[in-house]
Amino acid sequence: MSEKVSAKSFWIGYQTILIKEITRIVRIWAQTLIPPVITMTLYFVIFGAIIGRRVGEMGDMPYMEFIVPGLIMLTVITNSYGNVTSSFFGAKFGKHIEELLISPLPPWIILAGYISGAVVRALVVGVLVWLVASMFAGFQMHNIWVTLSILILTSVAFALGGFINGVYAQKFDDISIIPTFVLQPMTYLGGVFFSVSLLPGIWQQISLVNPIVYMVNAFRYGILGVSDVPLWVAYAIICGFGVVLFAICLSLLQRGVGLRT
Amino acid sequence: MLALEVKNLKKTYQNGVVALKGIDLEVSEGDFFALLGPNGAGKSTLIGIISSLVNASEGETKVFGVSVQKDRSRAMAEIGLVPQEVNFNQFEKPFDIIVNQGGYYGVPRAVAKERAEYYLKKLELWDKAFTMSRALSGGMKRRLLIARAMVHEPRLLILDEPTAGVDIEIRRSMWQFIEEINRAGTTVILTTHYLEEAENLCRNIAIIDHGEIVENTTIKHLLSKLDIETFILDLRAPIETVPSIDGIELALKDPHTIEASIPKSRSLNRLFRALEEAGIEVTSMRNKVNRLEELFIRLVNAEGQTSQESVA
Repeated sequence: MSEKVSAKSFWIGYQTILIKEITRIVRIWAQTLIPPVITMTLYFVIFGAIIGRRVGEMGDMPYMEFIVPGLIMLTVITNSYGNVTSSFFGAKFGKHIEELLISPLPPWIILAGYISGAVVRALVVGVLVWLVASMFAGFQMHNIWVTLSILILTSVAFALGGFINGVYAQKFDDISIIPTFVLQPMTYLGGVFFSVSLLPGIWQQISLVNPIVYMVNAFRYGILGVSDVPLWVAYAIICGFGVVLFAICLSLLQRGVGLRT
Repeated sequence: MLALEVKNLKKTYQNGVVALKGIDLEVSEGDFFALLGPNGAGKSTLIGIISSLVNASEGETKVFGVSVQKDRSRAMAEIGLVPQEVNFNQFEKPFDIIVNQGGYYGVPRAVAKERAEYYLKKLELWDKAFTMSRALSGGMKRRLLIARAMVHEPRLLILDEPTAGVDIEIRRSMWQFIEEINRAGTTVILTTHYLEEAENLCRNIAIIDHGEIVENTTIKHLLSKLDIETFILDLRAPIETVPSIDGIELALKDPHTIEASIPKSRSLNRLFRALEEAGIEVTSMRNKVNRLEELFIRLVNAEGQTSQESVA
């Protein structure tokens, strides 16, 4: 019996979920990979090339260059969140989540499989957007390790957030409420299009409550070498955010909230 | 060894509905076991708890000695579940559905592919292996559920109404396949509304009603409890009245049909002799209802009356 439940069997289970998630992303590429690239291209054209010329410089650099990291981060956040939410809720809605729930896989493997799938999508879309950005602002890379680590940590954190949304969602409307009313305003006010140092006193302090400010700035440091916040604070906040969300997700899965009767 | 051991299992849903009132049940390894009960009796809740889809309020369930509540992973590794409702991703292909299911149980991909091919061929689905599964007919979807449940070669296979809505030809081929699996050593628990299915396939039976086990015995023993059998006799020529036969109750359903209720202590020869003496020629004869069905209705009705009386 022990052969059926072992580290190897769990590894195969994890790989299976990941393969299934990647297959899904590729199968519906017109929904998963192309729209973010088109949207970001429009952002670069309108805010970068057309309006950006009039804005001039932001943080001692051309506005076009300044917005590149923020727009990549915006893509990573929405895609990692949206991937898990739609995939997990879809499985719940179609009842095929039961395939996993009756399997011997422990909750953390199921969670790891879904999160990894979301990270893969976020990375692929992030790279595609970066390639588009390079056509407008050229290639820049200040520190590849900071860039990669922030990209992965941010996508993990938001994938975990998307998982919680997927667990609680009862209908399709429920998976668009958080992205529309919480995520999007937080991202837009998180320093994607401006430096938080431009904000007047109290608003600068308030903006520092928004974790996305740290993600965008740390990523901007990785690409451009500038940031409004200290790098170590950004890492601490992103990791802390991730750990708390991971604990919540695991607890929800273990208790079977919204999944087991 | 016991394949399944259920001890004092209770389930009360959040809305206050008591689905199980303390069930005790044992199924031996290698058995072909029928779990019967009317709609809402608690069958699906019981299966849900065994397969860990439903959390028990109280009690314990063990699969081959491993507690579902304490060591879920090891217990689940031994179970294959064919659910009542289709619950695979209808946008995936049957082959992929089975291979992925194997992966969840730790079956290496290459082995899962071989098994997927084997079970799809065995269940006559191979020509649909790479078709989108939503395009399959109802019967095909049911067979796909069985193939999926078998990919990790479970020691305990639970079939929750596997043949519901399936035509008789496919139903028979499914029975054949499940019997074969059972002969090879897999313990099978079957819930069904087709009672002749349970009578023909199963060796032991439990009847559940209002969240309680009202009968748990061998099929043979249960059938031996049937003291009266009712037969329908088709007549060659029409008659106006039925003859009176001591100890046998006859009723004229229409001029060509008699319904005969015969205690087990009486011989059928006696009935035919009496009919012959009265000049009545019988052309064919059949059971009014399946024997198990008759017992099932009696047991469930008796339990229902007892419950009502106790409530009153």
